[in-house]
Amino acid sequence: MRGRVAALALASPLALILLAFLLVPIGTIVVVSFFDYDSVRMFPAFVWTNYEELLLSPITWKTYLLTLWFAAVTWAICLAIGFIVAYFLAFHVHSALMQTVLFLICTIPFWTSNVIRMISWIPFLGRNGILNSALLSMGAIDQPLEFLLFSDFAVVLAYVHLYALFMVVPIFNSMVRIDRSLVEAARDAGASEWQVLRNVIIPLARPGIAIGSILVVAVVMGDFVTVRLMSGGQSASVGLMMVNAMSLLQYPAAAANAVVLLVVVLLMIAAMLRVVDIRKEL
Amino acid sequence: MQGGRRSRAFWPLAAFFALFVAFLYGPTVTIVVLSFQGPEGGLTFPMRGFSTRWFANLFETQMVGDFGGSFLRSLMLGAIVTVVTVVVSFMAGLAFRRRFPGSTALFYLAVASLIVPSVLISLGIGLMFRLIGVDPAWWSSGLGAHLTWTLPFGLLIMFAVFNRFSPAYEEAARDLGATLWQTIRHVVVPILLPSLIGVGLFGFTLSYDEFARSLYTAGTFNTLPLEIYGMTTNVTTPVLYALGTVTTAVSFVVIGLAIGGVVLLQRRRGGG
Repeated sequence: MRGRVAALALASPLALILLAFLLVPIGTIVVVSFFDYDSVRMFPAFVWTNYEELLLSPITWKTYLLTLWFAAVTWAICLAIGFIVAYFLAFHVHSALMQTVLFLICTIPFWTSNVIRMISWIPFLGRNGILNSALLSMGAIDQPLEFLLFSDFAVVLAYVHLYALFMVVPIFNSMVRIDRSLVEAARDAGASEWQVLRNVIIPLARPGIAIGSILVVAVVMGDFVTVRLMSGGQSASVGLMMVNAMSLLQYPAAAANAVVLLVVVLLMIAAMLRVVDIRKEL
Repeated sequence: MQGGRRSRAFWPLAAFFALFVAFLYGPTVTIVVLSFQGPEGGLTFPMRGFSTRWFANLFETQMVGDFGGSFLRSLMLGAIVTVVTVVVSFMAGLAFRRRFPGSTALFYLAVASLIVPSVLISLGIGLMFRLIGVDPAWWSSGLGAHLTWTLPFGLLIMFAVFNRFSPAYEEAARDLGATLWQTIRHVVVPILLPSLIGVGLFGFTLSYDEFARSLYTAGTFNTLPLEIYGMTTNVTTPVLYALGTVTTAVSFVVIGLAIGGVVLLQRRRGGG
């Protein structure tokens, strides 16, 4: 009994912070999404107009589709890269020290600024950037490619650059926990390297793949910074739609959009969670 | 596989890994080089000479807004977030070793905090402060917003750590007559110190670089990422890169200190 009280006391700061800065704010968004507003302020009310305007506008649907498309493409590329990198680290690097060092090398960029990492693509992708100059001098193109910077291509590239790590870490974490004797057994039974990968490693790495997928999808679905910076204002995302509504002081409209986005993201994650029980994976 | 024999797949995989690392670091290296661009130079290559004038520009407030102030605010906020994250995650980690009323709900709440898009949390906290009529500020709403991001990371790390932590040490301490507080202070904390440093590293760097969660919560005065973001729209000189270089250097120093600290601790322990 005393232990339970102590545990409650120890957990209470976390609970209070999450209550005050996660639950109550989300509650606020839900409440405000029913408020009415004019061009200068919002007033308490209970109207559905914010949702009606949002859901009846074709722009909303187009933006949601575009965001889903960004999420899908980024997810597929991150999965491919993350899996290969994690597989290399977990099964082909044998010294524990080397493994730690290489893993840290992959992790360090995660601890630096995202905005700076986006900016750092400018000298590469710009009209007079490294890539265009290189292609020009090789004679592969005779005019600078315009689509490199400020395009959907640049947006996806930046997403992969920023978030591939979200895939590497959980998959690596699942893979290092795979019992090596299972791999040995499969080999002894005559499985080729490919068969080991398909029938032993991939099924056992599934929880890591699921967690990585959840992280990547969640972060891309809610993004607006990358889309705005990397597309140069030429593309859109749901997050950007919200931020634009906010800057026009249309708080209830932004709030309604936020509620819809939250529902969409939670549904996607619920679907992915059917594959894995996170609590068991820690 | 044992005994140094490398499979046929090794070299292609190693090459892929090397490309991935080049992809991760290449752009950052480029802007570090370009931040030393000569006075006539632009945002892309070629380098027109070599100078440190863009770094000097950075500290002239009228040139690029409030770099010094925002930098200081970000450092202070990062420091506060670090301390709170380490203490609160550690306490919660201790608590989660046993079931308590609401433990499952709290766990899912923490996971949700990681998954709910940052912009939503920023928006929610901003609206909440507006409704209760309090002006948002980096040390109040901003701090709270950052904690919703760093605490789940801290908690997940503490879970992983306590899963591998044997309760035998605490039992031994208790058998020798240590109080609960003494056990934590002299046994648990020293053993877990490297992991606590790791949690602190997450706390600081995530806060120091956070943009979306600061957007509607930082109040009147910008934090550094907000300042940088503002610059991207109206600065077209290598000052932008100089700023990037300085920010990244700070991150690297912090990462280096944390990793160095952990290695040092482990070495001292290994030496007995």
